Amino acid sequence: MTQLVQEIRASYAFVERNFNLVKRYWGWEVVWLTYSIANALSIAYIGAGMEQISGQKVDVDYLVLYLLIGTLVWRYLSIVFDAISEMIAWERWEGTIEYTFMAPVSRLTHMLGQTIFSVVYGLLFSGVILVVVVLFLHLDLSQANLLGGALVLLAASISFIGFGIMAAVLPLLFPERGAQMTHVVQAILLLVSGVYYPVTVMPGWVQALARLSPATYTLEGIRQAILQGAPLRSLLGTMGLLVAMGVLAIPAGVWIFSRAERHAKRTGVLKRSG
Amino acid sequence: MNDVALNIIHATKTFAGEGNGSWLARIRGNGEKKLVFALHDVSLRVQRREIFGILGPNGSGKSTLVRLAATLLIPDAGHITVFGHDVQHEEMQVKRLINRVSVDAAFFKKLSPMENLMYAARLYSLGAQDAREQIVEILHRLGIKTDSIYRPLGDMSRGMQQKVAIARAFLTAPILLLLDEPTTGLDPRSKREVQEFILEVRRDSDTTVLLTTHDMNEADALCDRIAIIDNGRIVALDTPTGLKAMVTISNDEEPTLEEVFMELTGKSLEEETV
Repeated sequence: MTQLVQEIRASYAFVERNFNLVKRYWGWEVVWLTYSIANALSIAYIGAGMEQISGQKVDVDYLVLYLLIGTLVWRYLSIVFDAISEMIAWERWEGTIEYTFMAPVSRLTHMLGQTIFSVVYGLLFSGVILVVVVLFLHLDLSQANLLGGALVLLAASISFIGFGIMAAVLPLLFPERGAQMTHVVQAILLLVSGVYYPVTVMPGWVQALARLSPATYTLEGIRQAILQGAPLRSLLGTMGLLVAMGVLAIPAGVWIFSRAERHAKRTGVLKRSG
Repeated sequence: MNDVALNIIHATKTFAGEGNGSWLARIRGNGEKKLVFALHDVSLRVQRREIFGILGPNGSGKSTLVRLAATLLIPDAGHITVFGHDVQHEEMQVKRLINRVSVDAAFFKKLSPMENLMYAARLYSLGAQDAREQIVEILHRLGIKTDSIYRPLGDMSRGMQQKVAIARAFLTAPILLLLDEPTTGLDPRSKREVQEFILEVRRDSDTTVLLTTHDMNEADALCDRIAIIDNGRIVALDTPTGLKAMVTISNDEEPTLEEVFMELTGKSLEEETV
């Protein structure tokens, strides 16, 4: 059996295990989905009510779609980021971390499996939210370049995977508070990336930070595709940048993680659960 | 194949204790960081197909020793090889040769035994169909009924969960099996079944077993040789008969391992493990 087949088989272990966990925790999935749909609708209705709130004439359809893109894209990217960054925290909580780390599987294969799951699960989860939200709101997508938007989202996944792997180091090194620290990383990305507003409304130094976040380029690219119907060729630059960020961030993340794993094995924090 | 299954040469492992002073003080160099010796210059050699016992109270260093052999910890000093492969520098080769059962049956408790064991099977590159058949066969041999195989593992008793943990280890056909207190907390019947299974596996396969325990009778009944460990140091190493011969007692009866332990360490094992 070739090494490649072994690695693919091993990476599928994580995909299958995670979908089995989703199936067994179905009640939690329903709760989370309901929360996410309610959240997306609440934000979309801020746009719908803006004329009444401000007393000014506003392009309501544009504003609703602007906010909705922010909500859905952020939900998807959060799922990808969480699934990767919390892989250590989950296994610590379940008590299985030593068994996974003792298996003859490279960390790259481990992360590949976790990543495939996160992208598939994230697309399914966000897709369900989109379908429900469309039933509530009358969205005009006749001018939208949906394929372009979807491709930007996939390109963004690559860069977010790299950031997720880097964030996964935190629960590995800090058993007591590492998982919460990843939420801080996520909150900062949410703040600076222009999820619900243009980054230009923020102070200059925050705008500089925004340029380091892949979510900023993702949202700009998807909004161009959906709101302005930008053709695919005009999105290539954004997609290229996102892929390049991923190409840099993934190996960097894997390298940082391998150093952290070695540190955890030296200090004995692999097993500790706080 | 190498006839030495596990070779531990002058292994030392320390952990940082809580110490005094705040984390800020420790960073500044004002605080004290207390080092705790988990293992101190330990050397031992386990021969192929041997059942080698490590006997000692809680906190004596048994689990640290197992974790070092399982690639889950890195020694501060010394070398450890598994069938000639260095656990630090040939980690992946070592991982393919070993598996471990710990005192806590570490599983995804919402998943069924089949789902948990399929996850392990894929990590160890076993074919799905073969693995499913083997899982059912091994679990049946351990006395687990078919309907329990597909129900959440969390619904099973602790003894049954530990049997699934043993099945997981045997599924991957390790040639070095690390059993870290596998029968602790089990009811007498489950304990006997697990012990019989260990003997059966040794009889029918090429497996070497490293067994840690603080159960004197278990060590006496199962082990070819036993190392008595106390405060991270090996205080005696011999066959059960050889260990008993080290101690002379007043009447003509053969001393028990409990008496051997008390004589060599000046402690009662029962008191230490409470």
